[in-house]
Amino acid sequence: MAIKVNLKVNGEDASSVVKENTLLVDFLRENLRLTGTHVGCDTSQCGACTVHMDGRAVKSCTVLAVQCEQVEISTIEGIGGADNLHPMQEAFRECHGLQCGFCTPGMIMSSIDLVRRERELDEDIIRKGLDGNICRCTGYHNIVRSVQVAAKKMRN
Amino acid sequence: MYGFKYHRPQTIEEATKIFAACEEGSYLAGGHTLLPSMKQRLAAPTDLIDLADISSMRGIREEKDCVVIGALTKHEEVASSELLHNAIPSIADLAGNIGDAQVRNRGTMGGSIANSDPAADYPSAVLGLGAVLVSDKREIEADEFFLGMFETVLEEGEILKEVRFPKPEASVYKKFPNPASRYAVVGVFVARTMGLVRVAITGAGPCVFRAREIEEILTKDFSAEAIRNVRLDADLMNDDMHASADYRANLCVVMAQRAVRELI
Repeated sequence: MAIKVNLKVNGEDASSVVKENTLLVDFLRENLRLTGTHVGCDTSQCGACTVHMDGRAVKSCTVLAVQCEQVEISTIEGIGGADNLHPMQEAFRECHGLQCGFCTPGMIMSSIDLVRRERELDEDIIRKGLDGNICRCTGYHNIVRSVQVAAKKMRN
Repeated sequence: MYGFKYHRPQTIEEATKIFAACEEGSYLAGGHTLLPSMKQRLAAPTDLIDLADISSMRGIREEKDCVVIGALTKHEEVASSELLHNAIPSIADLAGNIGDAQVRNRGTMGGSIANSDPAADYPSAVLGLGAVLVSDKREIEADEFFLGMFETVLEEGEILKEVRFPKPEASVYKKFPNPASRYAVVGVFVARTMGLVRVAITGAGPCVFRAREIEEILTKDFSAEAIRNVRLDADLMNDDMHASADYRANLCVVMAQRAVRELI
């Protein structure tokens, strides 16, 4: 069986016919070939699959594509490119907020939502705010710095 | 996960009708327990009935002596609700410490309560405040609602619509979270109203329960010192890789003391 779902991805109409049990992350990666969104654990723990659903960070491995009727999805591909990095991407580059890079797309999507959500962004709030994203390289220190630098730029 | 049929009803009546006609239906709210369970094939419903479009089940409103929260209200909406911060801040605080930010953007209060996971946070607020659970069929007192591990009095096809939380004079939730999952190893909700004290404990047993012995002592003498020597029965506690039953029994008292200190 399959079902039609009407949604936008990165500002463009991405309405498609999908199987009911297709996960949002698989729809993005397999159907739309947006492979910047990663699958780390597939058990809603690591956060590598984080995308924005109507502006809020969600784990796309724990959302069905059919649940996205009339929803706007943003992925890492939608927030900036090589020539026009989003301030959060720029800050991760400047502050060495990544090493292997696997967790980075999810980390950046979560961080953008964190800056939107929290007025004050001290180290504790950033670490707690990103506790749904796991990084096995950096030790998080430079990720925290990246978010602090990006938050200043995003708010100016 | 196995295949299933997907439904998206617009009203509660439509949802219950679809459920009745299904072979093995399951309602879908935030999906943050159900979808992982389906991936592991621990659950295999033939039909998913997505409640997302039923807007009457979402939102937070204040009534005379209580705050009413719609079952589909997301944890993040509860955590950031100004109304709750003023009326019953302990609920907002509890919601803000469930799982992580992404989970709070999807998970719903009603889903958590109806699921009755032994380590879920919300059941402690429901029982601790003596809330009333409103379904499509009836009103249920919190003391009657939770039956056991993943078991409530909700019948097949019954939908939890909203929860009425009476406003206490003071209340607080103290959780000892598992550092990886943020689920409660033990979570203690303490509420004071008109001289009476209610203490509800989650995480420790098969489902949330009231610690009557602690309640009785605190009603007479509301101090951390007064309950210091209480020993809860370890035979009634969960025993798993995260914590032994003895450890949990002790932790219940420790967390209750922390809660009391915060309320004094």
